Amino acid sequence: MANEVVLLDALASMFGMRARVALAEKGIEYEYREEDLMNKGELLLKMNPVHKKIPVLIHNGKPVCESLIIVQYIDEVWKDKAPLLPSDPYQRAQARFWADYVDKKVYDAGRRIWTTKGGEELEAAKKDFIESLKVLEGVLGNEPYFGGKTFGFVDIAFVTFSTWFLAYETCGNFSIEVECPKLIEWVKRCMEKESVSKSLPDPHKICDFVATWRKKHGVGVGRLSAYMSTVTLDRFECVCFWGLLSF
Amino acid sequence: MASQEVKLLSLWVSPFGHRVEWALKLKGVEYEYIEEDIFNKSHLLLELNPVHKKVPVLIHHGKVILESLLILEYLDEKWKEFPLLPQDPYEKAIVRFWANFGEAKLLRPGWPALRSQGDEKEKALKLWIEDLEKIEGELKGKKFFGGETIGYLDLAMGWISYMLPVWEEVGCSTILDPKKFPSITAWTEKFLSHPVIKENLPPRDKMVVWFEKRIKEPFSAQ
Repeated sequence: MANEVVLLDALASMFGMRARVALAEKGIEYEYREEDLMNKGELLLKMNPVHKKIPVLIHNGKPVCESLIIVQYIDEVWKDKAPLLPSDPYQRAQARFWADYVDKKVYDAGRRIWTTKGGEELEAAKKDFIESLKVLEGVLGNEPYFGGKTFGFVDIAFVTFSTWFLAYETCGNFSIEVECPKLIEWVKRCMEKESVSKSLPDPHKICDFVATWRKKHGVGVGRLSAYMSTVTLDRFECVCFWGLLSF
Repeated sequence: MASQEVKLLSLWVSPFGHRVEWALKLKGVEYEYIEEDIFNKSHLLLELNPVHKKVPVLIHHGKVILESLLILEYLDEKWKEFPLLPQDPYEKAIVRFWANFGEAKLLRPGWPALRSQGDEKEKALKLWIEDLEKIEGELKGKKFFGGETIGYLDLAMGWISYMLPVWEEVGCSTILDPKKFPSITAWTEKFLSHPVIKENLPPRDKMVVWFEKRIKEPFSAQ
């Protein structure tokens, strides 16, 4: 049977990126379709009528929605290559728990960082965000990946947020590397894998997206404006440049 | 002793705990039940679930499994009797989707919506009912969510059958109109008459007292 795989997605979505990484890990050929979230296409509305959200994986015409459900589906269908979840039921429960933790804690706090105007709300969001990252850093321990010796489900669930780290740091005026150095090492390790580096957009593109959103919603662009015109700077230069900026 | 291999830390009124108990009983797994006072959390709970500090907590051979829907998947993978989830990956994805939907859109916001007042309540209930209609649609033509027998999604949605009516009574609102929700109404009857479910429900009058007490207190998401 022909294996037709289509992914309805949006470049900046850390949830969509999870599906991209999983498909790349398994070496699955698929058609990527970028959705305009301000003007949702008929196919998206038909394939995900309940939430009308991306990502949606369409496999031989049948839709699978919700990023973590998609990753598990990919793992179960294409089970002969690069297992993403452990085979032991207890380890699987642990992996699902921590992926769920990323959704419940990291996403929410991160979103609050880039959408609030500032003040107490921002400080509270930063506190929650850093706390959740420190918990995850503890879970990682001294292993190379959350999956242990091999890259797995929790790595996929969390590494996609790393493209957003620069935007969070800029909006919140803090450094994730200072707070959680082991996590940044882990991010770099994951980025050495082609399945990850080819699936994640440049963090500056995310900063562009966030700056545009903030301008549109009257939240203030401030430090982010530096990233809209300095896309060629490497990370070190970004930190220096950022240090020189002030509102 | 076999029953000491599996322990369940839960709260008598927790719908999250009930679904785990039903799964254990359906699979014929012996377990020790430990009651938790969520208003005065024990050292045990804080030690076993430091991240969320919530029940239920399943302990199997000393290993801790958290989050009720994840516990159901774990039980299904460890005990093959009375399979709960479908074997087919696509069917599995569908039930996981609807379980998540039920959790996020119905179970978690349900009590807060029903205990609220005035315009806030009207607005919350309107959205809530729209989401319940999606479940009605999903159930159409089926005996149970799991098909001919109850399964993972029936256990995930089980709270609708016995807890929602209590919320309706305490919150003074009627939501489950049989004319508007004929499939859910029919399913409720069948679900509640299943021998395992019937024998493992919290007492209704005790639930009413509990929620009447909660409605008088300021809301906190326990």
